[in-house]
Amino acid sequence: MKMALRLNRKFLPLTVTILLFLIMYGAGSMLYTGFFSLQVFLYLLIDNAFLGITAIGMTFVIISGGIDLSVGSVMALTTMISAALLEKSHMSPALVIPIALLSGSTLGFLMGSMIHFFKAQPFIVTLGGMFLARGLCYVISIDSISIKNTTYEAISQARIHLPTGQFISVNVLIFLLVIAAAIYLAHYTRFGRTIYAIGGNEQSAVLMGLPVGRTKILIYTMSGFFSSLAGIVMTFYMLSGYGLHAKGMEMDAIFAAVVGGTLLTGGVGYVVGTVFGTLIYGTIQSIITFQGTLSSWWTRIVIGLLIFVFILLQSIFSSREKKLGSSAPGSGGRKMVRRVLASAQIIAPEKE
Amino acid sequence: MQGNSTGRLRRISASKMFWPFVVLGLILLFNLIFTKGFFNLDIRDGHLFGTTIDILNRSSQIMIIAIGLTLVIATHGIDISVGSVVAISAAMAALLIGGKLVLRGDVQEYVTLVPMPVAILAAVGVAGLAGGWNGLLVSRLKIQPIVATLILMVAGRGVAQLITNGQIITIYYKPFFFLGNGFLFGLPFTVYIVAVVLAFTLFMTRRTALGLYIESIGVNPTASRYSGIKPERIIFWVYVFGSICAGIAGLIVASNVKSADGNNAGDLFELDAILAVVLGGTSLNGGKFYLGGSVIGALIIQSLTTTIYAQGVPPEITLVVKALVVFAVTMLQSESFRKMVFGRFVPVASATPQKESV
Repeated sequence: MKMALRLNRKFLPLTVTILLFLIMYGAGSMLYTGFFSLQVFLYLLIDNAFLGITAIGMTFVIISGGIDLSVGSVMALTTMISAALLEKSHMSPALVIPIALLSGSTLGFLMGSMIHFFKAQPFIVTLGGMFLARGLCYVISIDSISIKNTTYEAISQARIHLPTGQFISVNVLIFLLVIAAAIYLAHYTRFGRTIYAIGGNEQSAVLMGLPVGRTKILIYTMSGFFSSLAGIVMTFYMLSGYGLHAKGMEMDAIFAAVVGGTLLTGGVGYVVGTVFGTLIYGTIQSIITFQGTLSSWWTRIVIGLLIFVFILLQSIFSSREKKLGSSAPGSGGRKMVRRVLASAQIIAPEKE
Repeated sequence: MQGNSTGRLRRISASKMFWPFVVLGLILLFNLIFTKGFFNLDIRDGHLFGTTIDILNRSSQIMIIAIGLTLVIATHGIDISVGSVVAISAAMAALLIGGKLVLRGDVQEYVTLVPMPVAILAAVGVAGLAGGWNGLLVSRLKIQPIVATLILMVAGRGVAQLITNGQIITIYYKPFFFLGNGFLFGLPFTVYIVAVVLAFTLFMTRRTALGLYIESIGVNPTASRYSGIKPERIIFWVYVFGSICAGIAGLIVASNVKSADGNNAGDLFELDAILAVVLGGTSLNGGKFYLGGSVIGALIIQSLTTTIYAQGVPPEITLVVKALVVFAVTMLQSESFRKMVFGRFVPVASATPQKESV
């Protein structure tokens, strides 16, 4: 009984995210005819596959206690490299895709190395990476390059029909594969557990003998890889390469992760939560499209408010969790620290 | 004797302000050699003109934001909403001033909708309110600063567009242009605004205990509370001050481009400002802060951009060069990197005192 309760509590933020998605989707269905259909739901996946893939990469980075501001620019760079190689150098897609994936991963590897070896701050290093990738886009071309490659067009237009008659795109398949791979990585491998350990307390992770340095570099490499994969998915979706693609996507990815229950302090987060965070983002946009008369700036205001609501809910839950934790057995030291901290909080209001 | 001089050298190079000065010096040196007429100053209509003046003028917005942000970062916080606050303040100013064509006798004249001081106060006031919201979330609700300010960063641009009703408002009222384009005693007026903001901040933090409080909160809020400081109150007002700085920068932006665009005003300012603060030697981990360093950081960013343009490098490469400078400065500030590169030049004796102390 107690076990079941505790498990519930651990997944509480995740449950809240899923509930919120259902409520929002339900509200959309009530308000607009045609909203409640499997195809509209599938369109959420089709239109947001690239956001979801980057957000999953971002989730790993955030769980480790870092941040990656370069993801949007890396996506843009990938679309640009793909378009330039396909249209200007006339290379085969079989070569272009690996090259594009390698470019993002390399940038991620370099940033991860800087963060680990030189103890540089992730925020600043990835900010540099953001400038670099966006700048390289413009070096390749200032204008948008449209893609007329037959393979890319075929992939872009392919419709995979479900037995029930609805369809999805190749991008959705890639997205689903990434979700499965990410869940496996996070929860069933040593690498995944090390990420959580680093985010929980890096020093403890080092003292436990975990390969912190290697893992940190790998996390940023992986985020770079996921971003360039998202860039490829975006190339399929847009059929063009452009330096202004995915502008501000890093913030959308952070939104998806945070709303999905990932804590920016590190150590806490779920891939599934991020997937639902992405779906919530998509639902907000769909509702605004269905409404038709709402101006685009309302999207931003609503998203801002949603982040606020979420953070509030999370802080309420996490404070409740802490109170329960104090009664855990064998936590004498922690209890004392807590008592001191609590008394500090009691002292402060009295003084005011 | 020799040991003494290397010791002094090491002390100077260990100072956080040293590296920003070196980087700025290098950029200026580069221009002295390679850019023709970089340091030329002309006097036209009693105003000073020249590339250096231009750099001062253009970097003023980031300087002001960076000054406010330095204090926020010193408390181990961050404010990524400043770009949006710039947009909100600019939108507010443009909405209230606007400019209506009125016939006075035979002369056509633009008049403001409300008196200009009221409009300016309103714009800065709205910015202060935005800062209050951020401060409340961070200090009372204990939300992580990056998430707390992410809310306003996303929603703020929406609010700015709401104020301007999604349109770009053009300002016609002439006196307002003085803020961003005017000259006083030969120098751009913006320079004086920066000087006043910097002097005020320096006075408040260095002549009172406030600076010490802010640093101690950044290092250890719990210990600060035990020593009688009220972190909540100070953190709250630091965020308000940071946003007011952004609001002032917003006024300059609106005056400079004579319009307000909720979507693009202050775009990416938060990143430039954070970069300026970090280039200036203030650590994102809070604690010691360097207001002068942040101002120099903003100067580095602008002189770099100007240099790139002056060299005739295509503008699309600007971002790449900027990225390389970010990486270079990050490396220079990293102690492990300095040890790796410069370590072999330092006498071995430097390692022994450390061993003794252990």
